[in-house]
Amino acid sequence: MRAAPHAALLRRDAARERLALAGLSVPALLLVGATMILPVGWLFVLSFLDDSGAPSLANYRRLLARPAYARILFATFEISILTTALCIVLGYLLAYALAQLPRRWAALGMLGVLMPFWTSILVRTYAWLVLLQRDGVINVWGMRLGLWHAPLALVYNLPGTLIGLVHIMLPFLVLPAYGAMRAVQRDHLRAAASLGATPVQVFWRVFFPLTLPGVAAGALIVFILCLGSFVTPAVLGGGKVLMAANAVASDVELFFNWGAASALGAVLLVLTFALLFLATRLVRLERLFGSEAP
Amino acid sequence: MQRRSLLGTAIAAAALPLGARRARAAEELTVVSWGGAFQDAQSKALFQPAAKALGITVKEETYSGLAELRLRAKSGAVTWDVVSSGSGTSARAGVEGLLEKLDYHVIDVKDFIPGTYADYYIGGDAFATVAAWNTKTYGQAGPQSWADFWDAKKFPGTRAYRNTVTLEPALMADGVPPDQVYAVLSAPGGIDRAIRKMQELKPHVAVWWSSGAQSAQLMKDGAVDMVAGWNGRFDDARKSGAQVAYTFNQALLDYDCFVVPKGAPHRDLAMRFVAEISKPEYQAALTRYITYGPTNRRAYDIGAIPADYAATLPSAPANTAKELLIDDGWYMKYTQQAAQAYQDMMTQ
Repeated sequence: MRAAPHAALLRRDAARERLALAGLSVPALLLVGATMILPVGWLFVLSFLDDSGAPSLANYRRLLARPAYARILFATFEISILTTALCIVLGYLLAYALAQLPRRWAALGMLGVLMPFWTSILVRTYAWLVLLQRDGVINVWGMRLGLWHAPLALVYNLPGTLIGLVHIMLPFLVLPAYGAMRAVQRDHLRAAASLGATPVQVFWRVFFPLTLPGVAAGALIVFILCLGSFVTPAVLGGGKVLMAANAVASDVELFFNWGAASALGAVLLVLTFALLFLATRLVRLERLFGSEAP
Repeated sequence: MQRRSLLGTAIAAAALPLGARRARAAEELTVVSWGGAFQDAQSKALFQPAAKALGITVKEETYSGLAELRLRAKSGAVTWDVVSSGSGTSARAGVEGLLEKLDYHVIDVKDFIPGTYADYYIGGDAFATVAAWNTKTYGQAGPQSWADFWDAKKFPGTRAYRNTVTLEPALMADGVPPDQVYAVLSAPGGIDRAIRKMQELKPHVAVWWSSGAQSAQLMKDGAVDMVAGWNGRFDDARKSGAQVAYTFNQALLDYDCFVVPKGAPHRDLAMRFVAEISKPEYQAALTRYITYGPTNRRAYDIGAIPADYAATLPSAPANTAKELLIDDGWYMKYTQQAAQAYQDMMTQ
């Protein structure tokens, strides 16, 4: 076989390349280590210490003893799951519509998706407040047009928070979903059709499975970002929607030590990792992130 | 009381200790407050005139709350000499050992409203938590007591209430006379009683506000019909067109204070500075910029505040007679317990 010596050379090349790549990633790894892993680890350790600095499970016992924490964690996951589900439905439809457009129009539509993405979350959240509140644009026009007769409670509650979160998270789903859709070979769809599949069958049995990794990657990002959302529930929830990050913030002020406040964060982190682990069992992660780029 | 916003807290939590202490001239004092219109007023009425009077320079900084002070104290990076803070926050910071004892040989408090100064802190201006209402909804006949504020039959409409422990109005609404409120709150079952009363109000609370700015914005936007909030914010809102009125009846008189952090680089000068800005002339001057009242009662007597304006200030003698002065001793002892019960109530 003529290929044998070349194979050895290729392997050496590949090893050298891997080494170079590893070397190039060192600065980023150091940055993540210094700014992310160390402080988080430190807070994790602190959560096992009491006021005087002695090892203790007091912070965790308090989490168990007080009903508010369980409700806050439940609300955090509830809101994140709802937001992710809404993003999947709306985002998939939007990405699908964009993927059907000619490239030029799709680029314009994509700009519409990205523009809000480049605007500060705080600005967008307050913009929703202007639209949704009792004397806001939507209620004023809805009543003027006779669509409803008393102001609807669109904000300072769970629906308002969901509206804001979905708007903020949507690009994180649309972008990978759109990429996956653009990467689908038209020939596959034509082949399915020529073998007698109806358009609905082509979509569900060929197109949809091929785009699933992109959607799943987007959904995962949306879900994890939602778990840590702070500004949106604080502004649009009207104090009635308490998520984990908001509770951590109030605990920081309330208790004399950082450990008390970080315990809830530690629990959220562990739960998130557990969920991620489960997710990787269900869908192989490499497949998610390794989905072919367009 | 803690007058921080959630956002501010988060930023403070994220801030890392900024180590290195800079060498500075002995006659420069670092004074820290919350920024915004409030610090502008303090700067013009107190900090800069006092600096001139003492022949020093004052460097102003802003901060976001107790968590930041705590972090600096623990990491030994105290560069602040005088800090403007809430009364409850200051009381707790004192207990935590973050503050220097104030030197009352230097600072003259003989004309201060009793209860507006203590070992570690001194009131700089007084404000009140009042029942405010939307005049578009109720005209001038708004709620005149906390019982009215709670009464959704007599006053149908939505409410906004603070998202951190504020239990005194609940007890007054429940029929406890103002002078008994803290006795009841300190007795066993007192906090539970107040929380039960809060649960009555809860269905009518459209927003639990987290910052003074938000409470004013709610009135400007007409988003709610009643707010229990700080009087000065509503005055500002009215000036910018909000339809809002309020009463000092049963209001909670609270105050902002000045503290000197433990390890302040210029402790002695800081004491002299606090003594200077606590004088009646300075406190009277502050009222020209913001509708918070003096804690030094002599400020009303020196002719610097017009009588009709004085009547609108929360610490004017005619108003204090109707109000309940906040008890920081209670907050020091019970904040954690009450805050947890409060959060449980809110998340239920």
